[in-house]
Amino acid sequence: MTIASERIAVPAAERRFSPDWLGQVFSKGLLHVVVIGITLMWIVPTLGLLVSSFRSPSDIASSGWWTALSPPFKFTLDNYTGVLNTSNLGTSFFNSFMITIPATVIPVSIAAFAAYAFSWMKFWGRDFFFLALVGLLAVPLQATFIPILSLFVKFGLTPENVGFLGLWLAHTGYGLPFAIYLLANFFRSLPTDLFESAEIDGAGTLTVFFRIVLPLSVPAIASLVIFQFLWIWNDYLVALIYVGGTADFAPLTVTIANLVNSNGQGWELLTAAAFFSMIVPLIVFFSLQRFFVRGILAGSVKG
Amino acid sequence: MSSVTYDHVVKRYTSDLTVVKDFNVEIKDKEFMVLVGPSGCGKSTALRMLAGLESISEGQIRIGDRVVNDVAAKDRDIAMVFQSYALYPHMSVYDNMAFPLQMQHMKKPDIDQRVKNASRILGLDNFLARKPRALSGGQRQRVALGRAIVRNPKVFLLDEPLSNLDAKLRGQTRIELQKLHRDLETTFIYVTHDQVEAMTMGDRIAIMNAGILQQVGTPGEIYDHPANLFVAGFIGSPTMNFVPATVENGSAKASGFSVKLPKSISATKGTLGFRPEAVTDRVTDEANSMQMKVDVVERLGSDQFLYGKVGGDAVTARVDPRMKVDPGDTVKLGLDTRTLHFFDAETELALI
Repeated sequence: MTIASERIAVPAAERRFSPDWLGQVFSKGLLHVVVIGITLMWIVPTLGLLVSSFRSPSDIASSGWWTALSPPFKFTLDNYTGVLNTSNLGTSFFNSFMITIPATVIPVSIAAFAAYAFSWMKFWGRDFFFLALVGLLAVPLQATFIPILSLFVKFGLTPENVGFLGLWLAHTGYGLPFAIYLLANFFRSLPTDLFESAEIDGAGTLTVFFRIVLPLSVPAIASLVIFQFLWIWNDYLVALIYVGGTADFAPLTVTIANLVNSNGQGWELLTAAAFFSMIVPLIVFFSLQRFFVRGILAGSVKG
Repeated sequence: MSSVTYDHVVKRYTSDLTVVKDFNVEIKDKEFMVLVGPSGCGKSTALRMLAGLESISEGQIRIGDRVVNDVAAKDRDIAMVFQSYALYPHMSVYDNMAFPLQMQHMKKPDIDQRVKNASRILGLDNFLARKPRALSGGQRQRVALGRAIVRNPKVFLLDEPLSNLDAKLRGQTRIELQKLHRDLETTFIYVTHDQVEAMTMGDRIAIMNAGILQQVGTPGEIYDHPANLFVAGFIGSPTMNFVPATVENGSAKASGFSVKLPKSISATKGTLGFRPEAVTDRVTDEANSMQMKVDVVERLGSDQFLYGKVGGDAVTARVDPRMKVDPGDTVKLGLDTRTLHFFDAETELALI
């Protein structure tokens, strides 16, 4: 109390350049320097890739990307036109959406229901099943390829028969443990009183889920959607294994990787293709990022 | 009919953890009943069993004539106000109050009329579009009340609804709640750990301790005739003076004084109890006087409390605010024998 009032009593002019003030400015400045430094370090490779994507193959091969930033400027759009002229690019782009959207919506929806049950419903073996599910996070997905693929072939879940369904199922399976874990932890943190109040108000399990739990969980669900979307959009391996053999079903990542021939020729096209493929994740991230803002729960309980 | 009856109710979590033991109370229609006791005494559990949020291990709870043991919470025709208010944070004030009615599939115009009516009673007219986070603590508390009022329930359950408010607002809301109770003419059951709330608001008070009901009565009855040592110590501020005493020839003898008991009792040993206001600076009878060595003087303007020692026992006295006393002084005080209590040494039950 006394310290606070003494501080107020000191005029602003005297406070400036005091040891306190210097310390504050210095620590704040240091923080900024560190944050900006890390960001720059992180962004340099991407920047190099961006610059390279506007250079000709011979230039890329003969000098570093930073030399392009000084005159004479020799930027070219050849790489981009090269990528856009690739056969199947439009189909692959469409395929990527056909794969990513259901493979995001299906696991997130299932996970929301499951997480609600795990966090707020009482049933036999609840904790055991939850632990088993979280334990699945430790299973490397590469280890599952052969058994699941042979299972799919046995049941006819191949791209020729069922299109993308097999891949959707695979992505759902791989995404569920983390999705359920994340959402269950969030749901559990909702105040018990809200559920009891809703129970007295006459809301059934589904009403509570749709009218109270879901609206309050928008930030958690949005971040999960972003994670899952980015992971599937950028996924190469899983798509290659389950549908990659068929050009009609190959997503952007697989088609782009095929731009490089077996001798390693044509990799300059990858630089442009990478930025082409990055557009969609960037749009998704920036359109959903406002949901990351916390504080939607402020004011629910307590004065 | 909206009386509430607890009939030999028991709440047991495990075989050796029983939080409510053989609880019997009859709460009359339109009564304001306060359940009071220290934290962990089972009062909230007793309320939650009535609300349907906890199962009943043994016994029966009846609302009116209906046994509600196996009735779902939503079908008990009760409304509850939580300590945390439990407002739905993503809904506006209007939607918060409309929610229970929507759950009953009530028609929109009827919902509108009830919500408007409740918000007028509570002075929330101008806040209906706001979200709870844009309200002050007192306003949130009123929204929680509004959500209970719109349902027009047979019984209102309130679980420490004032404990999140600051002291000034608490006093104000206490008065508003009593007015609301009068206007609504409904049974209120109110849980609190605060004996001042219990004394000021309750038509009757039920005092609990360690899962056992200690006494039920009007605030006056409980204050003047506590049934046992616990009740005597819990109700009243500052607390009642307790001094160990022996009884000889109709007189109780403590370490620093002795006093003639108003009634003869068979016990020879026990605890003598008297409230601070029974010890004053007016000495009417030398036989009932005592010498107090004052440790602390507390001046409240309207009152003056002296905390000190009489013989070996700590005693609190309420004296005239104009009396000049300083810590360290020894003063002569008189004891009013009309409000003496005496508690059995073994059973702690009140003998006088």
